[in-house]
Amino acid sequence: MRIFDPHIHMTSRTTDDYAAMAAHGVKAVVEPAFWLGQPRTNPGSFADYFDSLIGWEPFRAAQYGIKHHATIALNPKEANDPRCRGVLDLMPRYLDKDGVVAVGEIGYDAMTPVEDEVFAAQLAMAVEFELPALVHTPHRDKAAGTKRTLDVVKESGIEPGHVLVDHLNEVTVGIVKDSGCWMGFSIYPDTKMSPPRMVDILKEHGLERMLVNSAADWGKSDPLLTVATAEAMLAAGFTTDDVDLVLWQNPVAFYAQSGKLDLAESATEATFEGSSILRGGS
Amino acid sequence: MKLDELRAALAGHEWLAEAEVRVKADPAALPSLFARADRKLGRDEVVPGWTAGQAGRALLLKDQDQEQIRQLYDHGDAAEKLAILKALPLLDTEREGAGVPLLLDALRTNDTRLVAAALGPYAEHLDAATWRQGVIKVVFMGVPLAAVADLDERADAELATMLRSLADERAAAGRDMSADAIALLNRWEA
Ligand SMILES: [Zn+2]
Repeated sequence: MRIFDPHIHMTSRTTDDYAAMAAHGVKAVVEPAFWLGQPRTNPGSFADYFDSLIGWEPFRAAQYGIKHHATIALNPKEANDPRCRGVLDLMPRYLDKDGVVAVGEIGYDAMTPVEDEVFAAQLAMAVEFELPALVHTPHRDKAAGTKRTLDVVKESGIEPGHVLVDHLNEVTVGIVKDSGCWMGFSIYPDTKMSPPRMVDILKEHGLERMLVNSAADWGKSDPLLTVATAEAMLAAGFTTDDVDLVLWQNPVAFYAQSGKLDLAESATEATFEGSSILRGGS
Repeated sequence: MKLDELRAALAGHEWLAEAEVRVKADPAALPSLFARADRKLGRDEVVPGWTAGQAGRALLLKDQDQEQIRQLYDHGDAAEKLAILKALPLLDTEREGAGVPLLLDALRTNDTRLVAAALGPYAEHLDAATWRQGVIKVVFMGVPLAAVADLDERADAELATMLRSLADERAAAGRDMSADAIALLNRWEA
């Protein structure tokens, strides 16, 4: 079983998590830029964070044989702080980087006018840089938020096939499916979405354009819930090919639209004159 | 290694020729082209120790002033930083050692690729104390000492003392120091 977690905030996870993920078949992750719990107050804090998403974190992941890519954005929650608006000016230089495979997470938090503006501006950047977009749906007032999200996506002119709408549930999956966008589901320990409910959604809506992630971060979350969902699919009678489609091929197909997804083992990266130099701090 | 050899190795790469023309016409185009060089030129080795992307990046740095190179480094991802560290000894503008702050930045990281690259040929511009700390860090991180340029010429009694102390600390913990570091120490203690 090979697993691609298309949405996980590894910056907030330990090396034990990397080891456990690798042991259970997680071979690739995408880490979307998002908030960090403690609100930031200036663009410089974002620059250092973005730099770690394309520098230190991929190096850390590589020590466990895991390929790490990132998505870059000003998230909707912090977009509401005028002191952080300058982050939009930093983004073009990051969107050019090899490790950045989408604009994201963008979308709505509290659905303010400022969020409207920043969401639209970043969808325009995705079009300009020919990148897919990872769109977060709000956890409160989700149905209305998802509908409004799809309206903004449509208005922006971005191809629906270049958009992944995330954190969906039984109530919101249908309209996203009809829109032509990809559908993301974040599996959490107790609330929001569980492996058995996910299996039911797959039975009802099919496997096409479906992605499953752990969205693990610094909150109560579990980076192995992708694996648990794969196991629940098998237990419910799905085949290993079905599991591979949802937990590997779909996320690969979505992010490969960036032209930058690199899943090859790089010999020159991992070795120096034939010896591994990825050990670090022995 | 010389820039001419890297250029010869990349002969026929149209993307690079076009990128160089664009940078000449509009220096502001450099950061974006520099960021894209790896995926445009590829990551295969074209001359020993240099991938096509690294060689192309070194050529894009030719004729850039130090300020521009600093900024590319500061704004670079790990692969861009690595390419710049490797290119420093080949660049006329950096001949006098002006690029040392970049080596110091790389030596502060915990990325073994950057630390190793900081101890390449350009490390001749590092003062002795910084260089010794770099060598000890390489041993500590488990990076082969082959990464260190001019190791035998530059190793001194003080480095040997530091290595001995690390070896004793490792021995007390029931752990070995790497074979290449022990060999270096033995040459000094013989
Ligand atoms: Zn997230």
